[in-house]
Amino acid sequence: MSFKPDISVDVCGKHFKNPVIAASGAYGFGEDYTDLYPLSDLGGISCKGTTLNKKDGNIPPRIAETPSGILNSVGLQNPGVDKFINYYLPRLRKQDTVVIANIAGAVIDDYIAVAEKLDATDVDMIELNISCPNVKQGGATWGVTCEGAASVTRAVRKATKKPVIVKLTPNVTNITEIAKAVEAEGADSVSLINTLLGMRIDIRTRRPILHNNVGGLSGPAVFPVAVRMVWQVANAVKIPVIGMGGIATAEDAIEMMMAGASAVQMGTAIFNDPYAPIKVCEGMEKFLAEQKIEKISDIVGTVKPW
Amino acid sequence: MSFFCNSYPIVDKKALGEGIYSYTLKCPEVAENANIGQFVQIKAEGYMLRRPISICSVDKGNGTMRLVFEVRGKGTDKISELNKGDLMDVIAPLGNGFTVPAKKDGRVIVVGGGIGTPPLLDIAKLYGDKCTAILGFRSFDKIILDKDYAKTGANVIVCTDDGSTGVHGTVAQPLADELAKGDVAAVYACGPTPMLKAVVAAAKQAGVYSEVSLEQRMGCGVGACVVCACTVIRDGEEKVVRVCKDGPVFSGEEVVL
Ligand SMILES: Cc1cc2nc3c(=O)[nH]c(=O)nc-3n(C[C@H](O)[C@H](O)[C@H](O)COP(=O)(O)OP(=O)(O)OC[C@H]3O[C@@H](n4cnc5c(N)ncnc54)[C@H](O)[C@@H]3O)c2cc1C
Ligand SMILES: Cc1cc2nc3c(=O)[nH]c(=O)nc-3n(C[C@H](O)[C@H](O)[C@H](O)COP(=O)(O)O)c2cc1C
Ligand code: FES
Repeated sequence: MSFKPDISVDVCGKHFKNPVIAASGAYGFGEDYTDLYPLSDLGGISCKGTTLNKKDGNIPPRIAETPSGILNSVGLQNPGVDKFINYYLPRLRKQDTVVIANIAGAVIDDYIAVAEKLDATDVDMIELNISCPNVKQGGATWGVTCEGAASVTRAVRKATKKPVIVKLTPNVTNITEIAKAVEAEGADSVSLINTLLGMRIDIRTRRPILHNNVGGLSGPAVFPVAVRMVWQVANAVKIPVIGMGGIATAEDAIEMMMAGASAVQMGTAIFNDPYAPIKVCEGMEKFLAEQKIEKISDIVGTVKPW
Repeated sequence: MSFFCNSYPIVDKKALGEGIYSYTLKCPEVAENANIGQFVQIKAEGYMLRRPISICSVDKGNGTMRLVFEVRGKGTDKISELNKGDLMDVIAPLGNGFTVPAKKDGRVIVVGGGIGTPPLLDIAKLYGDKCTAILGFRSFDKIILDKDYAKTGANVIVCTDDGSTGVHGTVAQPLADELAKGDVAAVYACGPTPMLKAVVAAAKQAGVYSEVSLEQRMGCGVGACVVCACTVIRDGEEKVVRVCKDGPVFSGEEVVL
């Protein structure tokens, strides 16, 4: 190898040492895999979705296996924003990685309150989850209409100067319209996709496997859908797009970036192989070296559509 | 406490009965760090989710770990295709095991139901003749590990639901009898939820400390995804905790079954 390729990226003024971010909900608050490798090996972490008050989540079972994927219905179980700020954030800050708070709420005032609290901290970025399919009130209901998505974005934009990433749901008719609506309200970035609503049934008991009956599909099964949506959104907005949904290998991550993602997130694949994010980084370096490309950012959006 | 994610060679494979397998892995780093009652997450080639399986027994001297599981569905079926000499990909050891030896002096009772019998074997090893092992199975042909338990020196009581061998009926009566004899420091149990409920209730009534190992569907297995929720009562308050990281073993006093 004649040169060491550069896999670092800059998104919304933040420097990521590599483009791989742990997806919200799959990696907790970054404390659970440190026996295997330090959190600083990741470009960043999007923490578990955090609400104003602590939430206990849905009744289990909360997970079901599907062909090449999983369904989950955690229901945003989290310790609440105060515990995030007072307990987890100081610990995360000691790790050399970009820390993204992922926030959710039932009503706009919740989003505002959480964003205001986070604005006073040293968290790097805020990811607005307007797309969680697993809570009855809020979450996805904001993300499925342009007006809903715009109003939450507008409110949070006023509440914080931190870079705001709006996380989009794929459970909509036209995702580019939603992306444009949040861009117009001052979102600094959009991330996609959240999970696709799905269902599995145990044919012997005739009961859904998830106690919540339905849940969000993630993992390699959703990858082509995610690539398509990232490509469409990247072509519709000027702000950077963070791509996720089923990424398991370096090839997947590279494909997602060629579709238009400036960085990627990985969730479900980590359950199968905890080292997957590390392998993705290694694979990216190898690909760049082979292709004689200096920087990973040079491949972003370089798909050549027919 | 630390865990590893690695592929380890299978040094022994045995069929214990219809669709029940015993695997022994050479995994010194895991054996060194494992506690009784912890579990592993086994990769099933071609499936997204790893399968949680309890550690049956550990030989720290030889650096080996034994796992015993029943083929229930597609993933365990896939894993059971592995043979001696192959590698098994596991994350291990995970979770909190049993509190052993018990905090009090005295003898202990282990209660295992069906495929819940494996994780208690090393407690019997530790206590020898100061352990009574009450093992419940559906029928004669479902019995596993009774000889392994007998080898530990424990007093073994086998029960079958259909009375085809041993005590006819559930583990409830033998457990009540054993508790009545007194001098019991702790009861440890693993098996179906109705059995665990009965064990916890009987232990409470006798004023004896108990611990149970729970099952729940898992994602990560290491505490990150909170899909494996269960409820405990701590300081008078209901608390949702993770079976994988806060358990799988919980005290009978706190667990909500
Ligand atoms: C901590 C713990 C320890 C366990 N120890 C043992 C053991 O020592 N021996 C043994 O035979 N079994 C054990 N089990 C149960 C074992 O995990 C399941 O039987 C197994 O996961 C079923 O997978 P499958 O591929 O056969 O079934 P599938 O139906 O293909 O499984 C589909 C999904 O559901 C999950 N699932 C299904 N049943 C269970 C269950 N009862 N508990 C948890 N997840 C389940 C699977 O892991 C998988 O994700 C344990 C479970 C837990 C949580
Ligand atoms: C168990 C689980 C919990 C999740 N929790 C959240 C969450 O709290 N907030 C959020 O924005 N997305 C959450 N997600 C969605 C992921 O961040 C991601 O968008 C999705 O899983 C697709 O990526 P993947 O296929 O790499 O997992 C969760 C996903 C899973 C599997
Ligand atoms: S399985 Fe992920 S937290 Fe328990």
